[in-house]
Formats: sequence, C-alpha cells, structure tokens
Amino acid sequence: MGQIQLNQVTKSFGNVQVIPPLDLTIEDGEFTVFVGPSGCGKSTLLRMIAGLEDLTSGQISIDGEDATDTPPAKRGLAMVFQSYALYPHMSVRKNIAFPMRMAKMDKAEQDRRIEAAASALNLTDYLDRRPGQLSGGQRQRVAIGRAIVREPSAFLFDEPLSNLDAALRVGMRLEISEMHERLKTTMIYVTHDQVEAMTMADKIVVLQAGVIEQVGSPLDLYNAPCNKFVAGFIGSPKMNFIEGAEAAAHGAHCIGCRPEHITVSTTEGLWQGTVGVAEHLGSDTYIHIHGVPGCDPMTVRASGEFTVKHGDRVYLTPDMNHLHKFDEAGLRVA
Amino acid sequence: MARSVTQRRKIINTAAAWAIGLLIFFPILWTILTSFKTEAQAIADPPIFLGFDWTLENYGVVMERSNYMRFLWNSVIIAGGSTLLGTIIAVPAAWSMAFVPSKRTKDILLWMLSTKMLPAVGVLYPIYLIFIKMGLLDTKIALVVVLMLINLPIIVWMLYTYFKEIPGEILEAARMDGASLREEVLYVLTPMAIPGIASTILLNVILAWNEAFWTLNLTAAKAARLTAFIASYSSPEGLFYAKLSAASTMAIAPILILGWFSQKQLVSGLTFGAVK
Repeated sequence: MGQIQLNQVTKSFGNVQVIPPLDLTIEDGEFTVFVGPSGCGKSTLLRMIAGLEDLTSGQISIDGEDATDTPPAKRGLAMVFQSYALYPHMSVRKNIAFPMRMAKMDKAEQDRRIEAAASALNLTDYLDRRPGQLSGGQRQRVAIGRAIVREPSAFLFDEPLSNLDAALRVGMRLEISEMHERLKTTMIYVTHDQVEAMTMADKIVVLQAGVIEQVGSPLDLYNAPCNKFVAGFIGSPKMNFIEGAEAAAHGAHCIGCRPEHITVSTTEGLWQGTVGVAEHLGSDTYIHIHGVPGCDPMTVRASGEFTVKHGDRVYLTPDMNHLHKFDEAGLRVA
Repeated sequence: MARSVTQRRKIINTAAAWAIGLLIFFPILWTILTSFKTEAQAIADPPIFLGFDWTLENYGVVMERSNYMRFLWNSVIIAGGSTLLGTIIAVPAAWSMAFVPSKRTKDILLWMLSTKMLPAVGVLYPIYLIFIKMGLLDTKIALVVVLMLINLPIIVWMLYTYFKEIPGEILEAARMDGASLREEVLYVLTPMAIPGIASTILLNVILAWNEAFWTLNLTAAKAARLTAFIASYSSPEGLFYAKLSAASTMAIAPILILGWFSQKQLVSGLTFGAVK
C-alpha cells in the first residue's frame, strides 16, 4: 500500500513562502511525476513527503494515517537522491544491505534480497566494490537497489537521472519504468525534464512557484493544457503562441499551436514567413520562422526530407482541430 | 633561459625552506645536543656545537633522581584521557552544529573559540578552589577534566570543519533507510569522518601532552607528569642545563616520535578546508 495525501500543506523558509496551501492525492501504485522549472518547489515538496523537511502547516497522511510528524525513518518510504548519496565507506553489498540491517532483518533474508536486487540491476559482479569504483549509472543502480530491498510503500526519486549522460539517461528511464510495471509500487518522481515526465508518468503534477498548475495524465496535459504555462512547458519543441489580430479572429486573446500541428509548404498556406534556422534531426526538421504576425519566431516540425535554408519563404497552415485558445489571464478557453 | 630561471628559483626556494626548517627545529636540536654535554660544556662561552665529550651521564642522573616512568605514565593517561573524553563530547556537538545549525550556531562557535583567548591564569584561582573543595587537587581526574575543557573548543572546531565537508544527502539517505540518530552518527557519519577524527585526536594528544600551566598549578607529586618533570630540573638547586636538557629530551621524545609517524595526517588535518 502507498496512498499519499497532502492536505493544505505549506512551507515557508523564514518569511518566504515557497509552497502556498496545496492539496494533492497520490493513489496507491501510481507513478506520479512532479515537474516544473528549477526553484518551483518540486524538490521541497518531495522532501516534505519524505519527512526530511518539516511542514510549516498542513497535514500529510500515508495510507490514511497522519504522518505529518513521523520521522523519515518511520514513514516506510525509500528515496533515491540526485547525488546517489551512497555510503562511500561501504561496499555495494553493504550499501544495499544498510536499510535491512537498520530494520534488523534476518541475515539469510538480507542475502536473498541483495542477490535478487543485484541480479535485477546487473550489479552482481560489483557487490564487493566501493561506490567510488563504479560509474555514474552503476552508482544510480546501487541507490535504486538500496531503495528496492526494503520493499517500501512508496519510492521517492529526486531528479535521479540528472547526473547521467544523455544515452544513459534514456536507458535508466526505461529501467525505472519497467521496475514500476513489475513492482506496482507507488512512485513519486521529481524532474525538470518534461520528456521524463511525459514518458514515465501515470500522472503529472506541473508546479510553478510552489503552486500546482495542473494535474493529469501526460496526454491530458498535452491535449488540454489548462493554461499557457502548462501549454508551453509540456511538449517539445515548445508550443507557439500567437497574439493580436490572428488570435482575435478565433475569439481569444492568444492562440497556441504546437510545432507538430502546423503544416509547412513552399507554395501555399494561411501564414507566411522566412526561414531563420532549420534544425535537421534526420527524422524531423525543426524550422524556426520569422515574420509570422503575432509570433516571432514560430517553430514548425516538418518531415526529415523537407529541406529549406536560411532566408527561404515558406507558408504555414495550422491544424484547426489542435488549436488552443487562451484568455488574457492565460487560462484556457473552450 | 626560462628553464635556468626556474632551476635557480628552485634552488633558492629549497635553501630557504631548509633554513626556515632548521631555524624552527634549532631549539629542539640544541636541547638534544646539550643533553649529551657535561654541565660545564653546556654553559661554555662560546657555545660548543658538536665538538664536546658526548656523555650519557645526564640521563643516568635524571633517571636516578626522578621516577621518569611515573611521569610518563601520568602524561599518557592525562593526554589520552582528556582527548578521548573531549572527542566523545565533541562528536555529537560538532554533528549538531554542522547538520542542524540554528540561528546562533556561528555565534556559539565563535564564543567557544573566544574562551581560548582568555589567559589561563584568569581562571586559575576559581578552578583551584573548586578542586580543593572537591578533593581533586593533584589527581589525574582533575587534569583530565581541565585539559579536556581547555581543548574542547579546538576539537569541536576541527570536527565541525570536517563534518561540514560531508554531504548532508548521505546522512539524509541514512535517515530514509531507517537509521536512528545514534545509528546515523555511529555507522555513517563517524566512519566517513575517520581521517578527520584521527587528525583531531592526534593534534589534541600533542596539545594535551605539552600543556604545562595547569599541570604545574594543579598537581604536586601524585598526578605530576612530564611537563612538571622538566620544570623540576629548572629551579630548585640552580640551573643545571645539561640535566634540564636531558629531562626535556626524555619528555618530548615520545610525542616527537608520534608526530613524526603521523605527520602526514597532522598536516592534512591542520590545512583541511583551506584548499578546496
């Protein structure tokens, strides 16, 4: 079990309120991702759930029981840190065994779980090494192993992949997702990377300045962002926002159109502009176009075969079914 | 051209380093040399550097006249005991200051250090009276306690600096892993801080070993240790430089040997945090 409920939770550092009153329910078995720009309070929120940070006011309950004043050791949660936070003076085996040793678990059971975790995480050959002798990816695996063995009611991940290189990050992302499919344990994952959020989450919580902007499944957020912030944050490349006459024609203060929902042509279209930069990724080409009224530059995704160069004139047609309308406050209008 | 300049500079630097090193070491060297001279040669003018009649006579006299082993034993007990006691008190103190600082932590640290500025003689009278009342004058316990208190600020400061370098996330990880405060300090913090704790202990053993003021004032016969043993050769029957030197050499020899073998630890401990 691992249902976590936050009730009117707030956090202040001195006179600065970093998290205004906030309510959130994380269901048992759910993979929830907290995403937002740096400084949005997502890590603070996670640390409050972990018990590493006190609440200024409000209440946290885990599986229906009030855990607001429960010390971290007694919450039954496991955490994976960005810096891995392995014990440098202990071997991999001892690192993984540490939580079980603290729980005074039977030695044979400890060994059984270490072996199981090590083989699942490809660490069997490294059990007698120290963390200092491992690569970044291996260290992160040890940190995950240390979290798994105690069979927590929920896993907390604090930007666990930020210190890894890009290729390793994709691999580890899949491993964590698979681990979730296998264990079906509640996981809360903090990241500033919307790609990680989109690919891993059952539920995404978008945060800005300590405030929850929107909660929903990845596709909910992609298809129906509730405001301009979420619209711009979710999706890559970023959504284009068009203001002025073009927006007024659609009865909105601002309209948004994702780069993948605009057709680009060299002959005809609704809008026209000149190519600034064309980024050829092979499979796709991202074209940054200047001169479209109300939106400069506008980014468009074209197929990889579409070749244009700087200064070329192009014509653009948005997909009317995928147009997002926002009012002056930046909120979505239907 | 560039090479010859650096070569010359290297030689100059090396020579300067040796000169400074010898200058600092000279008093100790002179003490050791004097301890092998006769009393007459010890006060000869001009001083004799190496060309004297080497003799072990002084050592024989000193060994005969005083119970060196008792002084040595007292020194070991008092220096070791005060350091051990100080470390046991300082580890939790430094932990709390490094990892759960309050608004006043910095002030407390500075205040602790400020007590080191106080001339010891300023508190001699009250401490002396307290120990009389408690019947602790001329006991090893009294000296262990006093030296522990005197060196405690340094122990706390050194450990504090070491602990500050340990990433807080590792201790948080221990907390998440279910470690109690005691287990966190015992199984995670202390093993990681062992090099720091070792050099702290070393420095404090040396400081406590060399302490003379409190030893001379609070002890007489039973708890007197090597610093008192040296002093006993300095005045009563006029100055006997050679014997005084022999006593001094015997008093500093153990700590000199300890320092020699642990110099690497000591230097890294003293310069810790200075260079990142």
